[in-house]
Amino acid sequence: MPKKDPADVTAEFEKALKDENQERYILRLYVTGMTPKSLRAIDNVKKICNEHLKGRCELEVIDIYQQPDYAKTEQLIAAPTLIKKLPLPLRKFIGDMSNEDRILVGLDIVPKKESERVSRKINDN
Amino acid sequence: MQHTTIKSTEELPKAPTGIRGLDEITFGGLPKGRSTLIAGGAGSGKTLMSMEFLVRGAIEFGESGVFMAFEETSDELAKNVASLGFEIEELIKEKKLIIDFVRVERSEIEETGEYDLEGLFIRIGYAIDSIGAKRVVLDTIESLFAGLKNQAILRAELRRLFRWLKDKGVTAIITAERGSNELTRYGLEEYVSDCVILLDNRVTGQISTRRLRIVKYRGSRHGTNEYPFLIDEHGISIMPITSLALDYKVSNERISSGIPRLDMMLGGKGFYRGSSILVTGSAGTGKSTIAAHFADATCRRGERVLYFAFEESPDQIVRNMSSVGLNLQQWLDKGRLKIHSARASLYGLETHLVTMQRQIDDFKPNAVIVDPISNLINVGESSDVRSMLTRLIDYLKSKQITAVFTNLTHERLEATETEVSSVMDTWLLVRDIEIAGERNRGIYVLKSRGMPHSNQIREFLLTNKGVDIIDVYAGPSGVLTGSARAAQEEKEQAEKTLRREEIERFSRDLDRRRKIMEAQVAAITAEYEAKAEEIKQLILQSKERESILSQNRARMSKARGSQEKTIKG
Repeated sequence: MPKKDPADVTAEFEKALKDENQERYILRLYVTGMTPKSLRAIDNVKKICNEHLKGRCELEVIDIYQQPDYAKTEQLIAAPTLIKKLPLPLRKFIGDMSNEDRILVGLDIVPKKESERVSRKINDN
Repeated sequence: MQHTTIKSTEELPKAPTGIRGLDEITFGGLPKGRSTLIAGGAGSGKTLMSMEFLVRGAIEFGESGVFMAFEETSDELAKNVASLGFEIEELIKEKKLIIDFVRVERSEIEETGEYDLEGLFIRIGYAIDSIGAKRVVLDTIESLFAGLKNQAILRAELRRLFRWLKDKGVTAIITAERGSNELTRYGLEEYVSDCVILLDNRVTGQISTRRLRIVKYRGSRHGTNEYPFLIDEHGISIMPITSLALDYKVSNERISSGIPRLDMMLGGKGFYRGSSILVTGSAGTGKSTIAAHFADATCRRGERVLYFAFEESPDQIVRNMSSVGLNLQQWLDKGRLKIHSARASLYGLETHLVTMQRQIDDFKPNAVIVDPISNLINVGESSDVRSMLTRLIDYLKSKQITAVFTNLTHERLEATETEVSSVMDTWLLVRDIEIAGERNRGIYVLKSRGMPHSNQIREFLLTNKGVDIIDVYAGPSGVLTGSARAAQEEKEQAEKTLRREEIERFSRDLDRRRKIMEAQVAAITAEYEAKAEEIKQLILQSKERESILSQNRARMSKARGSQEKTIKG
């Protein structure tokens, strides 16, 4: 494999970053009936979708009381559970989704640590 | 422990496990409709025991089951339990069993606020409802503690889960890892309080033994001891023999020992059926041969013998016994004899005994031979050995199986290492008697319960036609065997001949004397007769002379009378 010019690598990386920001999100939220916890979770997830993933978020809310076979196929233990189907990797969130920061990091909407990414970039150069 | 047959109406309903021995210890099984905690270290058999509970429930008791696996996938589980003879795929197809693998991966889960375990509840509930399950296993629910950070929620939810299971009316098993100080690592015993079973895999002297103990069983009697158990290709078997009572029926039937002369020593009829016989002796005294004779005789009657050999392989036994004229191969071929060889040091004593019990259950023999028990004694502690052997003997007696145990003794001939003799009915001692530079075998009956038996030491010969028991020489010079006995017998024979010759000489002498006496008597008689004849002759002559004289006198007087007349006239 011919060695790539470091400038090209950086460009590729930037492009990948940009693409990532435009990726479509497929989210599934599993709840158990209309409990306060379920309602809170639905509200919180909807809010995140509207604020951070406008136009590229597909959210499906499923009541596992109605469709209990999902519990097995989706390896559910706790409720409510939010599953990020796409983009990969698959990720699970449990709880009423009140900790928004953690969700944003987990959904790769907000990078884990801005400084970490910058330092990586410098190293690549 | 005593068995009572009183059944109280308030007695806890129980779900039989079908696991060999476990239902006996728990007096019927696990608490029905409640949860049982099985705690144990890694590799102690928790998963297998709970799986066997479900499989036997489905096959034997018509109760389908749900296995919630938190650690192994369904495929892994199926593979693992297939080695124990459980074909769970069939059961799954027939909708008698559901295996649901619950994956809990901490790295995949992000906790964001308040949650509950309703997801798990729904899964379990859905599985239960889809096949109408009566039995549920959660193996090992502790994985949740590793996967979820919020312990407060988790503990509250577990409490709710167990209550919910109870409400569902399913009999549940929850497995848990053994903790270092507490019973379980996460204190699950706090939530499951109806029945707690502890499994243990202990290593003593490089030999590991699995043990089971029922720590608690609310509302029920249960065996409190530690019971050894075994996992093999038929699943789990527990040996609860300490619970056996001394109330078995005994037989009055007598069976031959295979050695006619030995039968004679035992009141002329041999052993009692179902009795236990101990044959002790030092090395090379023929203990195994006596056992093999008994095996041969038993097979000859058309019965079955299970031979546990701890020193020799089956082939070796067959070959060695053919040197004393026993053909054991024919019984092996006919399936009447089964030789189970194992090195004693292979497992712990308990495992051996559980294996033996299982073999006995499967083969259903009329007689069992353990050759020798002294090897078993070496692998256990003597207090254990004694109680274990007692259990085994009790077990055999309850099944009316005659048992012959051989035991190698060293110096103290009349002592077995563990004093097992007290649980034996008949004790034969084979000892060597060293006289005149040779070693011979003597056999005697040390005890034999319930029959008159010989108090004599007999000489025990191993010939190529089998065992022969003959009388030893017992005379003024003590007990003699072998060539010393032969020499002594010869010596006696010579003495006897000598004495006979002497008697003959004396009687000849007497004869001669009588003849002399008779001859003398004859001579005297002859002399007397001769004399008598002479005297008779003389008497006769005298008488004749006398008559002649008187005639002469008469004639003379006559003559004198006529003269007078003439004168007067």
